[in-house]
Amino acid sequence: MFEAILLTVITASTPLVIAALGELVTERAGVLNLGVEGMMIMGAVAAFAAAKMTGSPYIGLLGGIAGGALFSLLFGFLTLTLVANQVATGLALTILGLGLSGQLGEPFAGQPGLPLPDIVIPGLSQIPFFGKVLFSQDLTFYLSIALVVGVNWFLFKSRTGLKVRAIGDNHASAHALGISVIRTRYLAVIFGGACAGLAGAQLSLVYTPQWVENMSAGRGWIALALVVFASWRPWRVLAGGYLFGAVTIGQLHAQAFGIAVPSQLLSALPYIATIVVLIIISHNRRTTLINTPASLGKPFVPDR
Amino acid sequence: MRIELEKRGRVSTLFSIVSPLLALVLTLVFGALMFWMLGKAPLGALYSFFVEPLLDVWSIHELAVKAGPLILIAVGLSICYRSNNWNIGAEGQFTIGAITGSILPVLYPAWHSPVILPLMLLLGIAGGALYAGIPALLKARFNTNEILTSLMLVYVAQLFLDWLVRGPWKDPQGHNFPQTTSFQPEAVLPPLLDSGRAHWGFVFAIIAAVALWFMMRFMLKGFEVSVLGQSERAGRFAGFSARRMIWFSLLVSGGLAGLAGISEVSGSIGHLQPSISPGYGFTAIIVAFLGRLNPLGIIASGLVLALTYLGGEAAQLSIGISDKASRVFQGLLLFFVLSCDTLIHYRIRLVLGSANSPAAKSAVSPSNQTAEVTR
Repeated sequence: MFEAILLTVITASTPLVIAALGELVTERAGVLNLGVEGMMIMGAVAAFAAAKMTGSPYIGLLGGIAGGALFSLLFGFLTLTLVANQVATGLALTILGLGLSGQLGEPFAGQPGLPLPDIVIPGLSQIPFFGKVLFSQDLTFYLSIALVVGVNWFLFKSRTGLKVRAIGDNHASAHALGISVIRTRYLAVIFGGACAGLAGAQLSLVYTPQWVENMSAGRGWIALALVVFASWRPWRVLAGGYLFGAVTIGQLHAQAFGIAVPSQLLSALPYIATIVVLIIISHNRRTTLINTPASLGKPFVPDR
Repeated sequence: MRIELEKRGRVSTLFSIVSPLLALVLTLVFGALMFWMLGKAPLGALYSFFVEPLLDVWSIHELAVKAGPLILIAVGLSICYRSNNWNIGAEGQFTIGAITGSILPVLYPAWHSPVILPLMLLLGIAGGALYAGIPALLKARFNTNEILTSLMLVYVAQLFLDWLVRGPWKDPQGHNFPQTTSFQPEAVLPPLLDSGRAHWGFVFAIIAAVALWFMMRFMLKGFEVSVLGQSERAGRFAGFSARRMIWFSLLVSGGLAGLAGISEVSGSIGHLQPSISPGYGFTAIIVAFLGRLNPLGIIASGLVLALTYLGGEAAQLSIGISDKASRVFQGLLLFFVLSCDTLIHYRIRLVLGSANSPAAKSAVSPSNQTAEVTR
């Protein structure tokens, strides 16, 4: 029983962790992309379509990544090349993504999906309890863990990661040092889009293997809140993602047990939890200021 | 090839007017392209989407029904966005306004008095404003990001409405449908004319737009909104308080969204049900930007976006295009509006080759400065 719950918690948390990690890198480079929800839903529909047309859920996964990344380019072009307002453009990305995915996904609605198979790691999966929970999962789970480790190493141990953080903290100085601000930011935006797309692919290939309109159901926004919650640190994204996953699954189980609380109140819990967590994290103005990339959301036009 | 931006010495008046129109034209071109890819005749599809709905009296009324809430919400949002407060939870404030405004007709269905309607409207405004007060309080007191909190509250509001109409407020004689009793005639916002459904909500929208335009143009408060939005620091020197502005902008926009909510329920639906809005609160964000955050511009852009709703419904019937096409149109429109706005502040140049461009030289110059985008 406990094992089964833990397995569903992992499945619910994985897309949050992946999408939040992508946004974390984008924001570390100083770009605030509020379009995570839109990129995620585009990834979900692209993944489902690609899997359906090729018959391979793995190609579906690639399709999701490509869908999210391509869609994020739109955001990149507007905010980085045309210096449009980042907040407004991110909202536009979400609105367009929700509409476009509904239009593109119409022929796929109600069709049976192709679930991503579990990869059972020989040997390790034999360990009692942990083997089943940690070593017989689908690819997206392993990818999410690899991404946490990889992003952490990249940002804090690699030279390029240092440049990314420098741009996020002061783009004018980074530019003066000869770092290409716009190019790096484009790459960070595309990485964020690819991650959001992968998270969307997880939704339509693993979490509920089918295409349903608006199936991201606010997860992109929760991922955005997770980045703030994690104060822009990858390992805390992992912890926060699992906390939110546990709340989501916990309320589902509470509903199944028929606890004498309206089901709508339980469904509202993940959103209320997000607000509470945001309050706790941001009430100390000074620590927030230290943690937030200083150039976050500010437009940059190279001096001529 | 690269695109380079050069800051204009002054804001281009020409492009301030041309940019929204250019965005509209580009949206139409891309829309035609989309219809063509869907296998429809592009011009015919555009005709049934954007022209046909304007040809009879009934649909002109429908246009006003849909434009009313969009304009009401969007003018409130324009005050928020101009003052750099990003309320994107208008959909939730709309929902709560509809709920608090409906308290009287739902709980006292036998109360037949002319005062009920004004009371309902006031309660709707209060409900929306209070609900927007939550992100305002959290931002002013705890420094919490209002974008995320206001959005999360949308989901909470929708679930609350869902619970109400399926639970305590469900009509006992309603054959178990999830809806409240129909409002008594005194609680229904009357239609403007006998020829159609357009009701007083549209008039409220025009009044609100003109009032806020007057405030922004001629009153100190309007100046305060713009100054604090462009530079909080400059605002402080003028003695303005950014914290009070958080409260002001969110309460105004929440109150207007709440008024839109109760007007919609009382004027067009006549009872509460789980879904009372086709995304007005989100579409109003597009309306606000297409109107260039100017209340009078928003009246025009509200009518345009209302047309996309109507066109979506019409095109669904006449040429079998899914109603999702209107969401795509709305999204595209916002994108083109935002990109065309660049023309107002910058000259755009295409640069062929990059080796000896001035940008490469300036990379080593220490005197870099970031451009300030003022809205």
